[in-house]
Amino acid sequence: MADYKMHLLVCGGTGCNASDSEQIRDNLLTEVEKHDLNDEVQVVMTGCFGFCEKGPIVKILPDNTFYVQVKPEDAATIVEEHLIKGRKVERLLYKDPENNEPISDSKHMEFYKKQVRIALRNCGFINPENIDEYIARDGYAALAKCLGERTPQQVIDEIKLSGQRGRGGGGFPTGLKWEITSKSVADQKYVVCNADEGDPGAFMDRSILEGDPHSVIEAMAICGYCTGSTKGLVYIRAEYPLAIQRLKTAIKQAREYGLLGEEIFGTPFSFDITLRYGAGAFVCGEETALIHSMEGLRGEPTFKPPFPSESGYLGKPTTVNNVETLASIPVIINKGAAFFNSIGTAKSKGTKVFALAGKINNVGLIEVPMGTTLREVIFDIGGGIKGGKKFKAVQTGGPSGGCLTHSFLDTPIDYDNLISAGSMMGSGGMIVMDEDDCMVSIAKFYLEFTLDESCGKCTPCRIGNKRLFEMLDKITKGLGTEEDLSRLRSLCKVIKDTSLCGLGQTSPNPILSTLDNFYDEYLAHVKEHKCPAGQCKSLVKYTIDSEKCTGCTLCFRNCPVGAIAGEKRAPHTIDNSICIKCGVCYDKCKFDAISVS
Amino acid sequence: MNKIKSLDDLRQLREGMQAKIKLRESGNNAENMVRIKVAMSTCGIASGAKEIMNFMMDELEHKAIEAVVSQTGCMGYCYAEPTIEVTVPGREPIVFGEVDKFRAAEIIEKYIIHNELVDGILPVNYRSIDN
Repeated sequence: MADYKMHLLVCGGTGCNASDSEQIRDNLLTEVEKHDLNDEVQVVMTGCFGFCEKGPIVKILPDNTFYVQVKPEDAATIVEEHLIKGRKVERLLYKDPENNEPISDSKHMEFYKKQVRIALRNCGFINPENIDEYIARDGYAALAKCLGERTPQQVIDEIKLSGQRGRGGGGFPTGLKWEITSKSVADQKYVVCNADEGDPGAFMDRSILEGDPHSVIEAMAICGYCTGSTKGLVYIRAEYPLAIQRLKTAIKQAREYGLLGEEIFGTPFSFDITLRYGAGAFVCGEETALIHSMEGLRGEPTFKPPFPSESGYLGKPTTVNNVETLASIPVIINKGAAFFNSIGTAKSKGTKVFALAGKINNVGLIEVPMGTTLREVIFDIGGGIKGGKKFKAVQTGGPSGGCLTHSFLDTPIDYDNLISAGSMMGSGGMIVMDEDDCMVSIAKFYLEFTLDESCGKCTPCRIGNKRLFEMLDKITKGLGTEEDLSRLRSLCKVIKDTSLCGLGQTSPNPILSTLDNFYDEYLAHVKEHKCPAGQCKSLVKYTIDSEKCTGCTLCFRNCPVGAIAGEKRAPHTIDNSICIKCGVCYDKCKFDAISVS
Repeated sequence: MNKIKSLDDLRQLREGMQAKIKLRESGNNAENMVRIKVAMSTCGIASGAKEIMNFMMDELEHKAIEAVVSQTGCMGYCYAEPTIEVTVPGREPIVFGEVDKFRAAEIIEKYIIHNELVDGILPVNYRSIDN
């Protein structure tokens, strides 16, 4: 039986794989075998290291040597030098960009890891249904510190100093929000956790609640102490049953330990939390609509001011914070504002969790310091575009955000940069699109979503968005004119300026940003009646190349609507008046005879 | 359960818990105690984490390997669910992705019993804030 003393880890992430990592593995195996080291050295493929710019990567255990940009022909050198002679191959080591010194092991190059986990610090680490594991990781220490050693104002000052801004999308300074509520005078105040996560493709809040519910509970209690509230409410969508169940378990455990309830930590401070379920309406993520929904009224927004911090739930001062914002609070208290402050950009501090989705290799949940570039997120952490296709755009901020192109890849991500780039931070959904995506259809998709979710209270949003959708629909059907494009733009502006709440004020963003960045594509739709990406079905035409068609009848047999005709062993034809453009024939054809135009 | 009445109570409990976890990880029978965490949030469960957790428990018991199998939240590797983290005493924790029953059995047989790695390890690609 082999008793391995050394392991060679070859990065098999898609990015590295594209640059021959399998060949590297095979060469390493051959070399290992050649030197009769089979029983001592094992070669394995791993997942992505998140450092694709320097890939392919080979890591050696147990000494943690980290070789970058390895080529298949380097295998022999690695085995002969490192494994046999015990000398590191200097030219393959990562060079410190500052002084060009090679760094010999990965323990000293933590910086290659682009992610820093603050809000996600316990996710995937502790058992979310066991309060003791949370406590072992400094859980509830921040609450104890606040209650025992600090006045509410001191805590608020710390949060203000940390520079934390709301992670739900708006980016309002958290400390300031708490201060306003704390200064409002009332017999009862409330702390609300906004867990109504609704952006398509976003699941940060769900993951935090499912992976680390106690951090949210602790932060709500701290907020209660600071603002003078004794009651906390979590507004969570009923579509998150596991998050609800874990939250309930966590609240029960916290009560049993006396960390919720009367006289917490033996101090006069009392605080308890109850849950409120949302029916999954997108607009209820807007704080005034959320509050009305909790009050049992229709989930419609109302004009601000008054802000909820002054008059919120049941007319009482209410602090509404997003899940991710709350999850970071205990860290700010435990590690100090300076720690949090040291991460991020001038105006956006700390880290942000993103849900990476779309045409990207490493779909997942990530947390990066503010100021990380889109390129680092997409190409290093995300491992690049699926199937080696070309990057086209990334959509941030959900239905309120916009599409960013190639030219924004090196923009550091923070609240202000994203806004000046025509998008927004939003809650952290990041959907990556490749060359096969039609930007007009994307804009239409988001608009369809807002159309469904508009509460209908104000006219610009209710009727304006409907008209926008109709225009986009017309364009994707090849019936649009250039005039439609200018009408589209002016209506977008009107809706932005005149809608009542954030939903309407931002709903035209996906259209505006695609108009700005992909005007050519819109023009192709209206002038040439063509969809460059081949996505708009009405504009697509399938044809059979009679030279290539062998008459195998496979397309004929698979066409669901009988649009294909032809004799056996003779070229087939497609009747475009019947064709529904499902693309089955294209997928089935073994001879490349069917083309899309 | 006793109520926590003061900061000292909390400290005591924390230390107690840390000691307990330490004991669990490197206790009396350190050679045999393996710790496995299965990522079990909605996404993990949807891709079969529950079955993997049950399978691992059965299989470990069957092979008489002393181990603690517990659930945890999302590790963030959605592209590779179900994911599990295996800590064998004396070795660094290792995360394995796309664990089906076949791979789970392979991990137990090769990695846990024979210290052989298997393909599909997910390298830690983030910094934690622990000191």
